[in-house]
Amino acid sequence: MVKLLKTIFLWDLLQGLWVTFRNQNPKYICTEQYPSERPKVAERYRGAPRLNINPENGETLCIACNLCALACPENLIVVGSARNEETRRKELSYFTYDTSRCMFCGLCEDACPVDALELTQDFELASYTRDGAIWDRQMLEEGPKPSKYLS
Amino acid sequence: MAQSTFLDANELVLNMGPQHPSTHGVLRVILKLDGETVTGTECVIGYLHRGVEKIAENRTYIQFAPYVDRMDYVAAVSNGLGYCLAIEKLLNIEAPPRAQAVRVILTELNRITSHLLWLGTHALDIGAITPVFYCFRDREEALKIFENYCGARLTTHAFRIGGLQYEVYDGFEQEVRAFCDMFIPKVDEYEELLTNNRIWVNRLKGVGVLSGEECKEYGVTGPVLRASGVKWDLRKAQPYSGYEQYDFEIPTAQNGDTYDRYTVRMEEMRQSVRIMRQAVDKIPSGPIMAKMSKVVKPPVGEAYVSIEAPKGELGYYVVSDNSTQPYRVRVRPPSFVNLQALDRMVRGGLIADVVAIIGTLDIVLGEVDR
Ligand code: SF4
Ligand code: SF4
Repeated sequence: MVKLLKTIFLWDLLQGLWVTFRNQNPKYICTEQYPSERPKVAERYRGAPRLNINPENGETLCIACNLCALACPENLIVVGSARNEETRRKELSYFTYDTSRCMFCGLCEDACPVDALELTQDFELASYTRDGAIWDRQMLEEGPKPSKYLS
Repeated sequence: MAQSTFLDANELVLNMGPQHPSTHGVLRVILKLDGETVTGTECVIGYLHRGVEKIAENRTYIQFAPYVDRMDYVAAVSNGLGYCLAIEKLLNIEAPPRAQAVRVILTELNRITSHLLWLGTHALDIGAITPVFYCFRDREEALKIFENYCGARLTTHAFRIGGLQYEVYDGFEQEVRAFCDMFIPKVDEYEELLTNNRIWVNRLKGVGVLSGEECKEYGVTGPVLRASGVKWDLRKAQPYSGYEQYDFEIPTAQNGDTYDRYTVRMEEMRQSVRIMRQAVDKIPSGPIMAKMSKVVKPPVGEAYVSIEAPKGELGYYVVSDNSTQPYRVRVRPPSFVNLQALDRMVRGGLIADVVAIIGTLDIVLGEVDR
């Protein structure tokens, strides 16, 4: 009898609708208004790469050891070095990083002995063209120009 | 006359996919129909083939680890665990207990995210839109733990050969506990939405029945096998990564239909929470990386390791020739093997049930095609 009444009055459907109704509570709203409100990504987030510079004298931290290039599964890092004739030390001459092929696995970051290469929290890497996907040393040191979605 | 033979023919060939939203990726199914009844199917796969096994032969052992995440991208952590365990077996080392506990927590969390994605999309295929929003809302909480732990949400690359790369962050235990407490009521909520719902029950009961014997013949594993009454779970049968310390049940069901597969997966999520609670309470202290040389160069030999991924038995077979690169890597993906049973399940059923059956198999095409 109870079962019949439950069937007639669509009890099972009402039960489901009640769940939906309970979830109307503004407490459960979790939409992010993305371009106007930036989400805060985790501290360890693996995003856009950066080549750190020594904040005191503005010199690069990279010692041109080539370990990151060897660690990368995609072989997308190219490190160029030249011997400085005065100090007899190897110095970084150029550094390119192809963000279009990178899968942000973090192996290069782990390999770097002096923490010069770092994957940062910047996540807005999408672009309409492939131009500029290969980052040179200057771009890696300064970081990407923040894109503006809302004026 | 050509036209009359066409009209007389009682078999209609219909192409489903590869861009069909209910095939969960790029699966193409050629259906042979007699009216509404399906008389045969043919699966065309390979649209997402990237040659992962070949790529492995040209990468060092460490470099290949990020690629395995891209096979079953919904359960990337489980893939990483299987690969790491296979190489560790080749090297004859074992991850330290602390690393094992963290690995268990993250893989169980990953099982939940995988099942939630399955539940949402499966319900969406059947016609219930609401669960997908709730599932994704709660999946987000789990993905935040992944993001905080290793810096990526989907293709995590969380584990390294020999242990872990990252130490757990401050507040990891609290966050996992908070997730467990938050999640159990949510599972009840999904059940409230679906379990008794008459549309859901009528669409799923008795659809795509697969008996335990048939499952074994096809090599089907995972929740699909357990829903047919076979109590087989690799976490119990051949424990890896310290699963023998945890106390949990293997949920099974008897009928082997789509509804049973749903109940089994719901119960599995509860059991995962149970394992996580036990594991997070006693994460041992100690190192997170086994003692090994920086260059991974296993001795000549081969190893096969299989783990219980969210979708079934995930196996890695690795052959080493004592160089830094594997000689051969072969993956036994659960989705690929489970997909074989599709023909058996839809044959004789209605065309509307094909969508339900593809959903219930829980395939990921990245893993089917590799
Ligand atoms: S994140 Fe991975 S793919 Fe990208 S450059 Fe570093 S090692 Fe290469
Ligand atoms: S590993 Fe670090 S120090 Fe070495 S070349 Fe790369 S960025 Fe420079």
